[in-house]
Amino acid sequence: MTTEATPLVDYDDAVRRYDPVLGIEVHVELGTASKMFDGAPTEFGAPPNTQTTPVSLGLPGSLPVVNEKAVEWAVLIGLALNCEIAESCRFARKNYFYPDLPKAYQISQYDEPIAHDGWVDVELEDGTTVRVEIERAHMEEDAGKNTHVGGAAGRIHGAEYSLVDYNRAGVPLVEIVTKPITGVGARAPEVARAYVQTLRDMFRALGVSEARMERGNVRADVNVSLRPSPDAPLGTRTETKNVNSFRSVERAVRFEISRQAGVLDSGAAVVQETRHWHEDTGITTPGRVKSDAEDYRYFPEPDLVPIVPDRAWVEGLRASLPEMPAARRRRLQAAWGYSDAEMRDVVNAGALDLVEATVAAGASPAAARKWWMGELARTANEQGASLEELPVTPAQVAELQGLVDAGRLNDKLARQVLAGVLAGEGSPQEVVAARGLEIVSDDGALLAAVDEALAAQPDVVEKIRGGNLGPVGAIIGAVMKATRGQADAARVRELVLERVKG
Amino acid sequence: MSTISREEVARLAGLARIDLTESELTRLAGELDVIVEAVATVSRVATDDVPATSHPLPLHNVFRPDVVTATLPVEEALAAAPAAEDGRFAVPQILEED
Repeated sequence: MTTEATPLVDYDDAVRRYDPVLGIEVHVELGTASKMFDGAPTEFGAPPNTQTTPVSLGLPGSLPVVNEKAVEWAVLIGLALNCEIAESCRFARKNYFYPDLPKAYQISQYDEPIAHDGWVDVELEDGTTVRVEIERAHMEEDAGKNTHVGGAAGRIHGAEYSLVDYNRAGVPLVEIVTKPITGVGARAPEVARAYVQTLRDMFRALGVSEARMERGNVRADVNVSLRPSPDAPLGTRTETKNVNSFRSVERAVRFEISRQAGVLDSGAAVVQETRHWHEDTGITTPGRVKSDAEDYRYFPEPDLVPIVPDRAWVEGLRASLPEMPAARRRRLQAAWGYSDAEMRDVVNAGALDLVEATVAAGASPAAARKWWMGELARTANEQGASLEELPVTPAQVAELQGLVDAGRLNDKLARQVLAGVLAGEGSPQEVVAARGLEIVSDDGALLAAVDEALAAQPDVVEKIRGGNLGPVGAIIGAVMKATRGQADAARVRELVLERVKG
Repeated sequence: MSTISREEVARLAGLARIDLTESELTRLAGELDVIVEAVATVSRVATDDVPATSHPLPLHNVFRPDVVTATLPVEEALAAAPAAEDGRFAVPQILEED
């Protein structure tokens, strides 16, 4: 790791004096069953090198054949990004030597991407919308995975040798490249993050990828450059590779802005280079300088014939596009009557689908939000699990709320019932039956408890008769205790007053 | 007139990881020059109504369905590896970070 002497410039100061420009490349692994050019499966986490064919391994004589589903999904992504879909396009060989590419070239697209010239609207947290222009979206294949053995842990320098697993080699990728993102100023880091998040949500809505960041399904390369003012020509950019979480995207952009401002302030020039993001320290360090190694000698892939997307087919796909996440959020927020803050919390907690399903199962939007963002969020947090992983279904939450609405459970009892459901004791109805948790509103049972409580506190009776209703609460409390919280509090109050007056 | 220099051949050889001797560089520069000149001649003949051709076959949209097929057993996949460990290909250390 090279140490760089130039001091960082305070972020706020940097963006006051320099205009940041972004360019973002996002790679998404498509969730097809088989690879881009052969029938090897794409399942995550299989033992090393169990998902290969002669094509994935680049063995002599093997020939690639294009996965039709991957092309369809690449077109879907292009359409969702408001791109033009190429009348005709072809694959190209990108030549370079690295052990994770068994063929010594990657099949990609170069001069003829399948989709180009689009845009996507990105919503920031405060509701501001930024339109990001898309340069292109092209198809390619993923590389294998290197593990470096020996030397300092996790560092490639000093490794004695590397181990390669080709399970991922050949998994279909779509790479999406933005045009320069200008005019966002100090909000550049936030825009970068929101853009990647928007794409991730889009991939999921389209059903083309699980889009799990932690599995590397979505990976971002972030280009940053600074210029003295928005009228100045673009500055020299750096490309920070493999920034693989939303938060890291934001931090990496922020760091590069501070770093490049320091370089420019010192009178030096920013070096056009690839940089590496370090999650632990929150900094980037230089990788290789763009040089001959970047000369990929692209040429048309001779083993694959061109792709000519049929126009009617493309229009059919366009018509089948699902509702995009931002539109869906707006629709649901209006339907549910949530405030912006409430909606944002639900979205950020990953509870949107769950709340929607709970409402669909009959709960009111307010109740659905209360359960998922309250008791269930707390439980998930305690268990270090996601809401989706909790052993309770939206239908069960709706059923629970139904019991509350019908007056059969109060809040306290409902929480106990929920605990039972989470403990695997069955549906809410079953837990109510098994634990005997229903509200007691039967007058006979309640009157016995009321009489007992009144007898125990004769002074209270006098006070109430004297017109002081304050102590009624103490009697209700005693009844609740005697009935283990299962008494219908409103009915108890009526009974107490009747008894005292009678 | 030579259009391909020895330096260019040396650079390409470097990119392709081909180790060439001095005499090979000289010979290949000459041979490649002949090829480039031949292509240039074709380009002069081709008129605007002849599009650049990357694929001579009148075929497009050759696809396979997204269906999983048989995979190689690990032992077979690793059979041609110079060395292997834990089911993976062992390769010389990588000096440059990716």
